[in-house]
Amino acid sequence: MLELNINGRPVEIGDDVDPATPLLWVLRDTLGMVGTKYGCGIGQCSACTVHVNGAPLQSCQLPVESAVGLQITTIEGLAEDGQLTAVQQAWIEEDVAQCGYCQAGQIMRATALLDSNPAPSDDQIDSAMSANICRCGTYNRIRKAVKNAAERLASNGGPNNRGVA
Amino acid sequence: MSQRETDFELDPYVPEFMRQARAEERNLAALSRRGFIKFSGVTGGGLVLGLSLSACSSDGQNDNGAEANLGSSFEANPFVQIRPDNSVVIFSKNPDVGQGVKTAMPMIIAEELDVDWSQVIVEQADIDQSRYGQQMAGGSTSIPSNWMSHRQAGATARAMLVSAAAVELGVDESELTTDAGFVIHDASDRRMAYGDLAERASTLAVPNADSLILKDRSEWKLLGRRITGVDNEKIVTGQPLFGIDQILPDMVYATIVKGPSIGARPVSANLDHVKSLPGIQDAFLVDGVGDPIEFPMNTPAVLPGVAIVANSTWAAFKAADALDVDWDHSNAATDSWSEAVAEAARLGAQDGAESLAEKGDLDAAFENASATAEGFYTYQFASHADLEPQNCTAWFKGDSIEIWAPTQTPTMAIPAVANLLGIPADRVTLHQLRGGGGFGRRLANDSVCEVAWIARELGVPVKAQWSREDDMAFDYYRPGGFHALKGALDSDGKLTAWQDHFISFGRNGRTVTAANLSPQEFPVNAVGNARITQSLIPSGMPTGYWRAPGSNALAFAIQSFLHELSAAASRDHLEFLLEVFENVSPPSTGGFGGFGGGGLNRERAAAVTRRAAEEAGWGRQLPDGRGLGLAFHFSHQGHFAEVAEVSVDANRRLTVHKVTVAGDIGPVVNMSGAENQVQGSVVDALSTLMGLEITFEGGRVEQRNFDRYPILRMSQAPEVDVHFIQSDNNPTGVGEPALPPAAPAICNAIFAATGHRVRTMPLTKEGYSI
Repeated sequence: MLELNINGRPVEIGDDVDPATPLLWVLRDTLGMVGTKYGCGIGQCSACTVHVNGAPLQSCQLPVESAVGLQITTIEGLAEDGQLTAVQQAWIEEDVAQCGYCQAGQIMRATALLDSNPAPSDDQIDSAMSANICRCGTYNRIRKAVKNAAERLASNGGPNNRGVA
Repeated sequence: MSQRETDFELDPYVPEFMRQARAEERNLAALSRRGFIKFSGVTGGGLVLGLSLSACSSDGQNDNGAEANLGSSFEANPFVQIRPDNSVVIFSKNPDVGQGVKTAMPMIIAEELDVDWSQVIVEQADIDQSRYGQQMAGGSTSIPSNWMSHRQAGATARAMLVSAAAVELGVDESELTTDAGFVIHDASDRRMAYGDLAERASTLAVPNADSLILKDRSEWKLLGRRITGVDNEKIVTGQPLFGIDQILPDMVYATIVKGPSIGARPVSANLDHVKSLPGIQDAFLVDGVGDPIEFPMNTPAVLPGVAIVANSTWAAFKAADALDVDWDHSNAATDSWSEAVAEAARLGAQDGAESLAEKGDLDAAFENASATAEGFYTYQFASHADLEPQNCTAWFKGDSIEIWAPTQTPTMAIPAVANLLGIPADRVTLHQLRGGGGFGRRLANDSVCEVAWIARELGVPVKAQWSREDDMAFDYYRPGGFHALKGALDSDGKLTAWQDHFISFGRNGRTVTAANLSPQEFPVNAVGNARITQSLIPSGMPTGYWRAPGSNALAFAIQSFLHELSAAASRDHLEFLLEVFENVSPPSTGGFGGFGGGGLNRERAAAVTRRAAEEAGWGRQLPDGRGLGLAFHFSHQGHFAEVAEVSVDANRRLTVHKVTVAGDIGPVVNMSGAENQVQGSVVDALSTLMGLEITFEGGRVEQRNFDRYPILRMSQAPEVDVHFIQSDNNPTGVGEPALPPAAPAICNAIFAATGHRVRTMPLTKEGYSI
């Protein structure tokens, strides 16, 4: 039995799950939290990005046994009581997605960037976001959406304020 | 048959699936003259309209008041429902794999219905060919094929609501107008919500489609605006949406381990050991069915392999690593890319094996030329690499099967599965799910057939998941190819001769899927003397339709070589291209025709080319090492010209600063979606131009994941500046036609910046990096 903390809640993982299983597959297959996406399984595409103690990490590279004691946040844990975060709202307003498959990972990456750097430069945005592949090539819009989210945060009191209208 | 229909039938680029779709479109066109049919008994009530393909009267006359009482909402496959609560449900019939039709197609209905977009709820339509006709996402056809039927669906509902309001308000219909979901009587300052009229409207006769008055473009309120995607909220909050997200009670997880080379068959395997591993429920050999090279849409196809069934995807993948299989390679592919390249070089020095086109007197044109150029162009095999690896979920129930699929061709998957399982097609139910990328990969239904095969063995719900490695190693690839090009110019620098020895891949004397060249490919239709020949290298590799099939590679060779010619004549490339367009004959046909939009039109070609040049500041002075390149291509009924601005350093490190695009796809339906498609197309093209290459030796693909297949990343992506010329032609699709001109525009810019002509894709072969 492993005890995890996911999106602020304790979650028990039974003994039928191999402790070496990457967190990605525990989220998806064991817990039914399918927002975190499988893209490559080797930490190259970052579609499976989650936050581990607030930092972005590819969940395909984290054995579930190593996640014990860490605060895990997934895409499902961003919005609180249905109130979308500034990043999520920016992603809708800029209509970033094409297929949308990579966007959960992009949003997790962008959220972590703005948490640590609320006003990133273009180069800083490019540098952080280049960890994530978008096969549809929505990079122009991801850039715009990160800036959009940064502006929303600046006018509403910083990254911890999720309730931006 | 009209000239447009004839062009379509004769167009060698039109694949079989589009011919089938075109036939369906003709059926629909015939039916739409009858008007629409009402449905009753649908959940939510109100006015529900759809097309009923099965109720066509033989005389083609309007069948006023046609009504189908379906009894339950499950049977209904309507287009639009106006509910008494004033919400409007619009059903989107085609799959969405990122091309945006789930938003754009309902917008067409909403425009003619005259509702506010905030009232609209979009639902994925059931998959049912008997009610919707062909449902698919391919060939950039959703918009042009459904434009008229969707406008009519909205206009029919609006007309019935107006009629209902006339009764309710006791006034003549001519005194009524509509806006944002209300019928308005200005004279008495009264208005009624559609929702309040829906029940009465549902009792009225369905008007004849011929009586409908469709909006003029100047009256559009919604079309052309920027509308955010209808699935965006689910996407940004991580709700289940994609094929891979499907979960069913008691579902098991499976993967099929395929042979190391394409088509290898398992003889035996350590199945007992694998079955003893933790989390593994079953393992068995899969014989496979179908020809591994043929692109499978409505025919069964399962590659041979070993199925592993587990309690999680990870357990299945891990057990796959422990699998030890004795493979029979006797029928497997033995292809070698390096040998093909060497063979192409040998063939390129010779005359082509067969003639595709001969026009004028080519030899005389070369004898009389003031300048000539020649170049040997090479492009690679490429994988689709949808970010969501192939997967499908199914539940076999003895004499029927239920499938949850992110396919691009759902109505073709159904007969394929029925054939595979030996059950009637009406025992196959397919639920359409969003695809995490398509790019043509999901036109093939191999993943659907595969899960059906496994599900038949199990009798419980099963999701079959491909690993990234299998997704890349068992694709239907964009075929590589080679062009030995020669051209001649007269003393005025005018193009007088065009010669292309096309070296492609074939089997049994025919090109493999998506590896052909039209004898009329531009600029053959714009030059007096031409010789197009073809030689085929035998191939056992599976090939298929990859975004803008054919065009995605042909434009690279042709539009680059046109620039070689203008450079040989020391002419401005814009002026040169415009002159070539003037000689396109006939002025409006050729290339990728059909689907309601006709072919290459020289005025539209010239207009987009001028516009792209103007927006990009063509002709301005740039510092050393920096250059502008211009290219055009027509495909999928879209005219696109692009200007790239690049710089190249001494180590051949490339920076693409900006790509300026001008396109004519008629009126733009959703400006946000269309712009996004164009930007993504340019990024996709640059990604493929720079580093994406599938190579194979001994029939074995050498790239298995993104570490060796480097999809372009954000820091490498250019700004893409998009401009549309919204001509008065019917709107056409934009998932594909913006891709082909990008690579040659960038290559022409590299020449402008450096004087070095690149003729091999990917550019890493010529020492470039990005």
